[in-house]
Amino acid sequence: MTTILDPSDETTVPHRERQPRPESLGGLTVGLLDISKPRGDVFLNQVEQRLTALGATVNRYRKPTFAKPAPVDLRHEIATACDAVIEALAD
Amino acid sequence: MSSSFDLPDGLVAVVKRDCATCELVAPLLAELAAADEPFVAFTQDDPTFPADADWVIDDIELGVSWHHDIETVPTLIKVTAGGETERIVGWDKARWQDFLGDRWKTIETVAAALPEFRPGCGSISVDPDKTAALAVKYDNASLASRRVEFAAAEDDIEAMFDRGWSDGLPLVPPTEARVMAMLEGTSRAGAEVVAIVPPNLAEATVEKVAINAVMAGCRPEYLPVVIAGLEAICTDEFNMHGVLATTMSVGPVFVVNGPIRHEIGMNSGINVLGHGNRANSTIGRAVQLVVRNVGGGAPGGVDRSTQGNPGKLGLCFAEDEEGSFWTSYAEERGFDPSVSTVTAYCGEGPRIIIDQLSRTPESLTRLLAKAMLATNSPRMAIGMDAMFVISPEHMARYRDADWDKARFREVLDEELMIDADSIQRGREGMAEGFPELPEGTRVPKFNPKTGLQIVHAGGPAGLFSSVIGGWLTGEGGSVPVTKEVRP
Repeated sequence: MTTILDPSDETTVPHRERQPRPESLGGLTVGLLDISKPRGDVFLNQVEQRLTALGATVNRYRKPTFAKPAPVDLRHEIATACDAVIEALAD
Repeated sequence: MSSSFDLPDGLVAVVKRDCATCELVAPLLAELAAADEPFVAFTQDDPTFPADADWVIDDIELGVSWHHDIETVPTLIKVTAGGETERIVGWDKARWQDFLGDRWKTIETVAAALPEFRPGCGSISVDPDKTAALAVKYDNASLASRRVEFAAAEDDIEAMFDRGWSDGLPLVPPTEARVMAMLEGTSRAGAEVVAIVPPNLAEATVEKVAINAVMAGCRPEYLPVVIAGLEAICTDEFNMHGVLATTMSVGPVFVVNGPIRHEIGMNSGINVLGHGNRANSTIGRAVQLVVRNVGGGAPGGVDRSTQGNPGKLGLCFAEDEEGSFWTSYAEERGFDPSVSTVTAYCGEGPRIIIDQLSRTPESLTRLLAKAMLATNSPRMAIGMDAMFVISPEHMARYRDADWDKARFREVLDEELMIDADSIQRGREGMAEGFPELPEGTRVPKFNPKTGLQIVHAGGPAGLFSSVIGGWLTGEGGSVPVTKEVRP
């Protein structure tokens, strides 16, 4: 029988329930996060129009670079100000 | 706190029968034991040596020897109030006399017949075959990681594959003995946090790095290089999270400079970017295993690489500094040649540049530039950099013409200037390209002066060099990071 040492960080990722899916977008604030890929704004402009037509308020956000995770302050701001968020990838 | 390995107050000797010097002083120890003052002898191999008597204590399990760092026998130790105050080793008549003070009189007559000096012998507790087992036996509580027991019917190698710890190749089981031996490779404490590893931003302790280094196949002396490599990639500048997450097929490439290359037997010659050298093959692999197992960055998870490249197993190599006519890569990056360093660079797989006919530096530089213009995409400029690994035979063209590195860079940079119009989108029936710029605009392929990393390595024969294309450079991407290798 061999005993070895655990090579992992030994943490268990906490399981978090997703937010319940909203019945309707009317009256909700939806964040649109542009990750700064070329033409992401083209896509998001379309999405914004659709969301606004459905009665949602849209907040636009932008990551400084697509190559790095969104800064923690930006993530906090979105989580605080929005009911839902859509992150856009484009090229 | 008292333990069974504490030494009693008074005079203590540690000996073994299989040592001519211990045999020589055995009669002296018997004289010391016969006197009134407290004296005991711990014996490492024979409980009846130096005598079958109550002042001889069995240390065949080597617990006392190990806990008190006995390296030589005989060792004499003075103990007062449970603490060691002084020790001597071997047999040296004058030193023993000085050490024993008034007690010398007890043995003076017997000692008169002995030679002046005999060196001691190695303690069994420092026998290289025994140290790992002793460390596990007496110090395994110092290892903080969870123990994982494999069932008797489990195959160790298969069990590690099953748990998802492997990069696809077999792993060496990180037993307590192997990990403790690995930790001997560094002076840092096992609990010290080396880096916060993306993507999970998990703390990697020296111990966790050592475990993964064992699995990768490293020898203990490689550990400081592994640690430095990990420190380099876990920086904002290198941006390991982005390097993992990008769909581009890049990964960390490690270049080692300085004396450590020779100390651990790294390859900077034949097949330098290939396989066959243990240090080259396992150091980068160990860093990548830490990213996988501690950081949680694995292909299909946060690693989204479209095609990947073979170097992602852990491409690591040494620069041939001695055979180079140019300042070394690390020196160019501001490090003294006496310092050992690891530089992490984000790159794809190496590709060959062939030039077998150039006999002048001008001709060769033009050819090299032509090849480099095609890295990443022939329609791209600036934005992404490259590493140029120049072979000894190509280097000879510059040595012969007395071109130093600065001159080479200057000429190469000029050759790497592109007429922006020629790579515009849509040109020659290709959609990919540069946005429209004013006519006559010239753009550099790489960031001038800093964009091209230049390293000298390879076998003595062959008019082939390599270029390793990079990824997004600058603050928004990844820039090379150099860390000093610290013991």
